[in-house]
Amino acid sequence: MDLERPVPVPDEVSAPFWDACNEGRLIVQSCDPCEWLQYPPAKTCTECDSADNLSWREVSGRGTINGYIVIHDSRLRVWVPVQPYNVAVVELEEDPTINFFSNLPGTAPDEVPVGSKVEVEFISVSDTQKIPEWRVVEG
Amino acid sequence: MVTVQTPPASMYRSREGLGVWEHKGKVAAVGIGHSPTARRWDGLVESSIGTWTVMALRNAMEDAGITPDQVDGMVVVPAATTGDRWYPTHPVPEDFANTFELTDNLNDGLSSMSVDWILKNMPELTNVQFAMHAPTCMSDAVVVAAQAVGDGLTNTCLVLKAWNNLAGRYGHEAGNNALDIAPGASQWTNPWGFGAAASTFAYLFDQYCRKYGKNHDMMAPFVVNEKRNGLLFPEGFWAQHRPEPLSIEDYLSARWVAKPANLFDCDLPIQVVCAYVFTTAERAKDMKQKPAYILNHASDRTRVKSSIQTLDECEAATDSVGRKLYEGAGISASDLSFENMYDGYTLFHQFHIEGLRFAGIQRGEALDLYATDISIEGPNPVSPSGGNAGSGRTRTWMHTDSIQQVQGRAGARQIRRPAEIGVSGGPTTTGGNFTVWSSTPG
Repeated sequence: MDLERPVPVPDEVSAPFWDACNEGRLIVQSCDPCEWLQYPPAKTCTECDSADNLSWREVSGRGTINGYIVIHDSRLRVWVPVQPYNVAVVELEEDPTINFFSNLPGTAPDEVPVGSKVEVEFISVSDTQKIPEWRVVEG
Repeated sequence: MVTVQTPPASMYRSREGLGVWEHKGKVAAVGIGHSPTARRWDGLVESSIGTWTVMALRNAMEDAGITPDQVDGMVVVPAATTGDRWYPTHPVPEDFANTFELTDNLNDGLSSMSVDWILKNMPELTNVQFAMHAPTCMSDAVVVAAQAVGDGLTNTCLVLKAWNNLAGRYGHEAGNNALDIAPGASQWTNPWGFGAAASTFAYLFDQYCRKYGKNHDMMAPFVVNEKRNGLLFPEGFWAQHRPEPLSIEDYLSARWVAKPANLFDCDLPIQVVCAYVFTTAERAKDMKQKPAYILNHASDRTRVKSSIQTLDECEAATDSVGRKLYEGAGISASDLSFENMYDGYTLFHQFHIEGLRFAGIQRGEALDLYATDISIEGPNPVSPSGGNAGSGRTRTWMHTDSIQQVQGRAGARQIRRPAEIGVSGGPTTTGGNFTVWSSTPG
């Protein structure tokens, strides 16, 4: 897959996440009293609606592929030239209700090994920004 | 000038345990008014959603047998598109500006709609004392209007939803989708290319098939039946413009959009306006049409936790909707004569009807039901409206058909078993609004 991915624009809430990606760390928000992890990040805990106990927690970067789709008719201009492409959903090891998108670089369209273990890696999408991607480590 | 309000959260029945709806059987839909349909706006004032809004409202009042001065309330969905807006990309057409009174929102009448615009351009509505703008779609407006009439905020209420469709491919390469950067919510999707029609529901369908051992081919009988029913809907786009049946082979050979969603799993964006007249059950007795009584309404307010809705979240939300609908209406699944849950995308209809336990099905059994007789002639009519798949993208056919079914005037779509109680609503598996209709007050 050879494309210029859209570059995320960090905002007040998301900036720590994207900064951590640039440092090679995967972090998610945590609300300790709720024992609640959340991604994408939000201004408040989506369980208790409070911002008082939100913090960032580094996670293992390990997960499992639980399913996928193959996009043949993207609405996103920069993705059209590389159709068809996989969009897999990765469940986080620490909390399977947290999920991440992945294109599984190197995996052919529609040949996604569902159930496989994956690990995060960070790929550059611009001179200043990396994003999390995932690679299969165990079938 | 009437003050236009936003519906408060208290108007929606979004929790379980609320008991039987306090207005059960005391509110009814009576009149229905539709505009013509078009694939896209042709730029002419006479086919703008402004012109068609006036037409649909007048048709609804005439259908109910009421005069405009008898209307004292309005619930309107201001959003008329999930695609592009006309202004400021294009100027307001001169003939449109010469024909209609404009509002501060220059998209009104072109790619949005408001109570203000309607009142400026329908001076015959002299007695409107109550007005609300409902978000999103007709399903929301229907439950708000039902609650408003029940609460006595309005006695005779117009309910309206307009859809516009402009040139270009719907949502393609528009807004953030055209950018090299990913701001706002798109930062969590666009860097991985998550942006095609039906993507979320294609993923949920993928999960569904893995969990229950089903496959995409099993959707074919449902989608073919949707088109068949839609071609029996004279108000719909396909019946009016392209009366082409869909075969099993057509469906199975269609191109993928976001596999496992194919072309016919997606609905066709169109331009159309739909309006209803709601009133009290008591007042409805004197109107021209038989009342379509409302036994209950319910809403879902599930918050999706992470990047994409999970099957667990989807099933929990739709299960809860079923329980809320039955609790508030004082009925059970076996009381349903038909269902008209949302279908635009077809791949989530099974989540809705399994949540209802329609025709006795449990989780994972809807696609097996599709293999039985789900036609309007059969014992378990599934989506007799044909939904969006059968008549084009409006999110209104399901309500129009439900009203007509219990009134006994669905024409060629009239289900053969007695149409006593039905349910309609949507749009998606989380966040929707749903209504129980009945031929009697219950």
